[in-house]
Amino acid sequence: MAALLEVVGVSKRFSGLKAVEQVSFNVPEGEIVGLIGPNGAGKTTCFNLIAGVQRPDQGVIKLGGARIDGWRPDQICRAGLARTFQLVKPFAGLTVMENVIVGALNRTNSVRAAQQISGRVIQQLGLEGKRDQRAASLTLPDRKRLEVARALATAPRILLLDEVMAGLRPTETDHMVALFQDLNQRLGLTILMIEHVMRAVMALSRQIVVLHHGQVIAAGAPEAVTRDPAVLECYLGEDAL
Amino acid sequence: MRERLLEGVPRQGVILLSALLAVLLLVPAVASDYLLTVGILILYFAYVGQAWNLMMGYAGQLSLGHALYVGLGAYAAAALYVHFGVTPWIGLWAGMAIAAAAGGGIGYLAFRFGVAGVYFAILTIAFAEFARLGFDHWPWVGGSAGLFLPVANFANNDLVNLRGSPTMFYYVMLTMTAAAFVLCHALLRSRAGYYWLAIRESPEAAQALGVDLFRYRMYVVVLSAAMTSLGGVVFAFYYNNLFPEQVFHISRSIELILAPIIGGIGTLFGPLIGAFLLTTLAEALGEAVRAVGIDVPGVKQVFYGVCLLLVVMFLPDGVWPPLAKALKLDRRSADRSSER
Repeated sequence: MAALLEVVGVSKRFSGLKAVEQVSFNVPEGEIVGLIGPNGAGKTTCFNLIAGVQRPDQGVIKLGGARIDGWRPDQICRAGLARTFQLVKPFAGLTVMENVIVGALNRTNSVRAAQQISGRVIQQLGLEGKRDQRAASLTLPDRKRLEVARALATAPRILLLDEVMAGLRPTETDHMVALFQDLNQRLGLTILMIEHVMRAVMALSRQIVVLHHGQVIAAGAPEAVTRDPAVLECYLGEDAL
Repeated sequence: MRERLLEGVPRQGVILLSALLAVLLLVPAVASDYLLTVGILILYFAYVGQAWNLMMGYAGQLSLGHALYVGLGAYAAAALYVHFGVTPWIGLWAGMAIAAAAGGGIGYLAFRFGVAGVYFAILTIAFAEFARLGFDHWPWVGGSAGLFLPVANFANNDLVNLRGSPTMFYYVMLTMTAAAFVLCHALLRSRAGYYWLAIRESPEAAQALGVDLFRYRMYVVVLSAAMTSLGGVVFAFYYNNLFPEQVFHISRSIELILAPIIGGIGTLFGPLIGAFLLTTLAEALGEAVRAVGIDVPGVKQVFYGVCLLLVVMFLPDGVWPPLAKALKLDRRSADRSSER
């Protein structure tokens, strides 16, 4: 079976700097894949290329078999790919509920239906007590949750998470991990996650792709990848295991 | 329909709105001619302010050239009436179409080529200026010498040709202002309304959530332009004369955005309250300086400026948001108090 998301030979350079070079990997339907690598490895650029914020110089990106490279972010979202931003971008002046409704309207014209979807998603993310607060008044962990809630409300086939665990307490991380596990198992949601919190990466990912200097240096099962000498050298350090 | 319109409106809000509408309906019965003309001015600014607010307050697109749409509506309807005897009720469609096309053209240029923020605002000023200069040199609409409508006969109210007394214009403006209010209320609770707010708050995040930025920005510009042009139609038939230097002048564009700014940008009541406060303030200041005997040219404007300054300093969100909170009409505080 073809992968839900296919990235084939994708490159992007910013005026001479090769941010991403010949990157290829697949995210099979129903899988959770972790994208890791040191700072500046090109992970977020990868996300931006997949989500349509930037256009790759080379390579092909396919979602469900259809080429999406060159599409606009809103078209890609409607095609079933939702993403969160590492630097959260809440609609600060709107309430939590209103924020999520914007996402839910991706799949329905009816505001009433969008409200119902949003109510459910807000509950899943544990934000129900803050429904009517302005997003501007939320703490950083809550803003991260809101990012996830909005993306989930668009009813995606694949969810791209950009460091949503950063800044969360360990118990909150566990809660988030449990949520994604549940969404993955119950609804078959496919997830591609950039994450530095190894505790979350190891718990969730069935497959890990390691980027370094814009290139894929390792890919495979988490246990194998974390023992890969190249990965240890560039990223985890000698004493990591 | 009624339930849907009133959905989410606090009870006090319904009562207040009904009372307000009743008072406004009764004004011509008790007000003097002078007060009635002040009332028409208030409603005019509330109406065009609401139209501008749609674009800036909700979708975050700053236009400083809305006089363009007022002027296009005014000139289209007036020229059709003067030259061909076309009733303004048909002329207004021409005005709306031309204004919508102009708004769409400006929007297309700006949004296709990524002109945003202050640069977008400058673009809107530029087009209003083009129109001012163009109309100045267009003989068919009177050029700089102006376009004049036959002076109204106050004795008969001819609604078909919009010729008549201030009372008739008052009710026409009141209908338009109320309709604009209801329309904006409905839009805010629609998908487009949510998308506009999202675009205002963060275009990138909105786009990532499936919002077609270009399309929804175009919608709001075209809609705001068409609505504003209707104000221009009434303006033309009320004043009976149009001069490009006045109609398209940038001071007109600024004048019509003051009400929503003072009243509260991005609120439904802001343009109404702002228009009421500013117009009555300007009129009252005129009376006051005459009464005190310091009616030197410019004094009124200085006081007016000071008042605006004070409002902006002490009520940066405008008059309405704190007022709404005090009256417990603020939807969010109402929601929260009902939870406890």
